[in-house]
Amino acid sequence: MEKMKTLAEWKYTPAVSRLGYTRETLYVGLGNRDGDYRFEKRPVSDEMIDKFIGGRGFGLRLLWDAVKPETKWNDPENEIVISGGPICGITQYPGAGKCYSVFLSPLTEQTYNSNAGGYFAPFLKFSGFDAFELQGKADREVIVFVDGDNGTVQVLESNITEDKNAYAVTECLHEYFANDEKDRKNISVVSSGQAAAHSFWGCMNFSFYDPRRKVARLKQAGRGGGGTVLRDKGVLALVVKMSHVTGTSVGPANPDALSKLGGKLHKEIRDFDDVQCQMRTIGTAHLNEIMNDYDLLPVHNYKFGRHDDIGNIHSTEYKKRFAQGMPDGCWYGCSLSCAKATPPFKLTTGPWKGREVIVDGPEYETAAGLGSNVGIFDPEWTIEANFYADHYGIDTISLGTGTAFVCECYELGLINRENTGGLELKFGNKSDLMELIHRIAAGTDEFARIVSLGTRKMKKIFSEKYGADRKTMEDIAMEGQGLEASEYRCQESIAQWGGYFLTLKGPQHDEAWLIFMDMVNKQLPTYEDKAEALFYFPNFRLWFSLVGLCKLPWNDIEPEDNHTKYKGIEAAKVPEHVQNYVEIYNAVTGKNVVKEDLIAMSEKVYNFERIFNLRMGKGKRADHNCPNRGLGPVFEDEWNARPEYFDGKLKEAGIEPGGLSVREKIARLQTHRRGQWEQLVDKVYARRGWNRNGIPTLETVRRLGIDYPDVVELLEKNLKPEDSFA
Amino acid sequence: MIKVNGDELDWREGMTVQDVLDEKKFSFPLVSVWINGEPVQRRGEYAITPVPDGVEIEVIHMMSGG
Ligand code: SF4
Repeated sequence: MEKMKTLAEWKYTPAVSRLGYTRETLYVGLGNRDGDYRFEKRPVSDEMIDKFIGGRGFGLRLLWDAVKPETKWNDPENEIVISGGPICGITQYPGAGKCYSVFLSPLTEQTYNSNAGGYFAPFLKFSGFDAFELQGKADREVIVFVDGDNGTVQVLESNITEDKNAYAVTECLHEYFANDEKDRKNISVVSSGQAAAHSFWGCMNFSFYDPRRKVARLKQAGRGGGGTVLRDKGVLALVVKMSHVTGTSVGPANPDALSKLGGKLHKEIRDFDDVQCQMRTIGTAHLNEIMNDYDLLPVHNYKFGRHDDIGNIHSTEYKKRFAQGMPDGCWYGCSLSCAKATPPFKLTTGPWKGREVIVDGPEYETAAGLGSNVGIFDPEWTIEANFYADHYGIDTISLGTGTAFVCECYELGLINRENTGGLELKFGNKSDLMELIHRIAAGTDEFARIVSLGTRKMKKIFSEKYGADRKTMEDIAMEGQGLEASEYRCQESIAQWGGYFLTLKGPQHDEAWLIFMDMVNKQLPTYEDKAEALFYFPNFRLWFSLVGLCKLPWNDIEPEDNHTKYKGIEAAKVPEHVQNYVEIYNAVTGKNVVKEDLIAMSEKVYNFERIFNLRMGKGKRADHNCPNRGLGPVFEDEWNARPEYFDGKLKEAGIEPGGLSVREKIARLQTHRRGQWEQLVDKVYARRGWNRNGIPTLETVRRLGIDYPDVVELLEKNLKPEDSFA
Repeated sequence: MIKVNGDELDWREGMTVQDVLDEKKFSFPLVSVWINGEPVQRRGEYAITPVPDGVEIEVIHMMSGG
C-alpha cells in the first residue's frame, strides 16, 4: 500500500501505567467536516477513579461531558469512548484484555456500551492512555493512528479505496503499520465494514494478530451500532501500535499475588474445562443443544424453544469445524481460550466467493441467531453468514433477531415478495436470506436498507409503507428500547423478563441471565427474590465492564468443589472466583477492597447510566417495553407445541382452561403475565432505589455519592410525588 | 415417587442420579445435585449414585450463558 498522507500529527510523552492507571486520556477531535483536527491529553482525577473506576464508567462520564440532552447519534458532538479499566492488560489471570466502547446509539437513541476483546485497550493503556475519546466528523475518510512506541498520534488520509470491509482493512493495516511479519502482533485495529455506512447495526471489529495462523483475528463490539457511529465520523479505522508488553505493564502493586491467582485458575481450567463447559474446544457454541433441551433455543423468531433438527447444529458439529489445539485467547494469558476459529473455509457466495478464509466463531449467539432463529440448521451456512456479517461490519445478534422478525412478517403475509425486492424470506430459505445479507451490505436495495435500520424502525416503516398490521408486529418483535434481543427464549422465566427488558440498554444478556435459577432451579419463588437477583447480578456483571475483565472465566469454569461447598444462589455467584477478583483488584491498584465494595462501585455507574438515559429523553418506565412474544405464546401454533404445559400454567394462575379455545387461552395467559410483569417492574425499581417511573431517587444518588448538581437538577425536574413508593 | 426441584417424578428400582438428570433432560454440565439436603460430592459419580425412593432432590444449575 502506498504511504498515507498525514493530515494532522501530535507528539506526546506516554505516561506510564501505575497501579492500573496512566491517569491520562486521549482526546481526538475530527472537527465538523472542516479538517479542524485536534488532540488533547486530559488528566484523570481521583474523583473520576473513585466514582467511575474505568472502562464503561470512564466512557459514560466522558460522554456525559461531551454531549447535550438534544445531541443525536450522528451529531458531531457524539463520541466513541474506548476504555479498558485498571485490570485491563494484566496477563497473569485469564480474560483481562476487554474494553468497553461507549457512544450514543443510532438504534436505541440513548447511551450504549459494547464490549470486545482483542489487543486494542491494553495497547492503548501501554501507549499512555486510560481512555480514547473520539469526537467530531472528518472531512474525508481517515485512519487515526496511535503510535505508543514513538509517542505520536496521527490522522491519516485513508488510501484504502477498494475493499472497505473489516477483514480486508484490518489485514492491510496490520501490514502497513508493522515493520515486518513479527511486528504485526504489536498492532491492533478497530474497524467496521461497508454495511455500517448505512445500517444501524454497524459493529466494531477489534483485532489481534494470530502469529500461528498468520492472520488478523477479529472480536466484535457488536451491539448498539458503534460501527455506524465510527463510519458516520468518517473513520475507516483506529489503529494502535505498542511493542513493549510485559506481565507488569499495568504497574501492579503486587505482581506476585497476580501470578499466584492466575496459576490457580489456569490449573482449574486445565483440570475441569473438559468436563464442564468445554470452552477451549467448542467455545460458547456448547450451548446449542443445551438451550434446545431446556426449550430456550430461539426457533423461528422465538416462537419455539426447540427443533427436531438440533442434531445438525449440535456443538459436536461445530467442534468438527473449529481448529483444535490452538491457544485461542483474545488477550495474552487467557487459557480459557474460547475464541474459536475455523480452518481455511471456502466461501460460496458474495464478493469473496471461492476464497478460503479463517472465520472467527460462530459463538453461541451467532449460531442461534443466524441459525435456529431464522430456521436454518446448517453450520456451513451459519459460518458463512458469520464471516460476511463481521466483514461487512454487521452485528450478528441484531442481524439474526431482526431477520427472524422479517421472516415471520413474510410468512404471516404482512410483507410480500414485491416489498422484499423479489426475495422469498421464509424461515430456512438459505439462498434468499444470504442474499439479504449481501444486499444489506451493499445498501442499494430499498428493502434491505429498511431492514438494516433495525426492528423498531422496521415496524414503523412496514406499517406505513406496506400496510403491515402494527399490532401484530408489536406482539412478535423481540426488541426492547430499540435493541434486538439476544438469543435466549425468556418466556417461561419471570426473572429473565427483567434480565432482558429491565436493563439499561435493551435485551442483551450481559446484565443477568437468570433462567436456570428461576425456571429450572426454582430458587427465586417470590418477586422480592427475583428483584434481589435483578439487583445483584446486573451490578456484579457491570463490575467487569469497569475494570477490563471478561465475564467468562467467572462462571463458565468453576472450582471443583463449588457445587458442593456452596448451596443455592451463593453457588451461582462462584464465591471463590469473586474473591479472586477482589484480590486481583487489590493487587493491581494497591487498594484494599472487600467483595461488597465491588457492588458498591457498580451501583454508582449503573445509576449514572440510567440517569444519563433520562437526560437523553429516555430512561423511564415507558421505555422498559416488553413485547408479548417475550411473555408467552402469541399464536396458536406456539401454544399447540406444548399444550399441556401451557394449560398447566393457566391452572397455576387460577384459570380453568377447559372450555376455552386456544385463542382465548392465549389471551388469558397474556393478560395474566402482563400483570406479573408490572409487579416485577415495581419490585425491581424499588430494590434499585428508583421510583415507580424507573427514575433513581435523590436518596439513591446521595447514598452513592453521584449527586452532582446537574444530576440533582435533572432528577428534581423528573421525580414526581405521585411516582414515589413511599 | 421422588421430588426433583419440587416436581414429582416416578421412582424405580436401581435409579441413579444420572437417570434423574436424563429423565428431566437436565443436560447442562454445571449442576450440583443435593439429595435430602446433602450434596453428591463428585460430578463423575452421578451414574453410580443411587436415588432412594421418597427423596427430595435439588438439581441446581449454575448460572451460565451470555
Ligand atoms: S474467555 Fe474467551 S472471550 Fe474471554 S478473554 Fe478468554 S478468549 Fe477472550
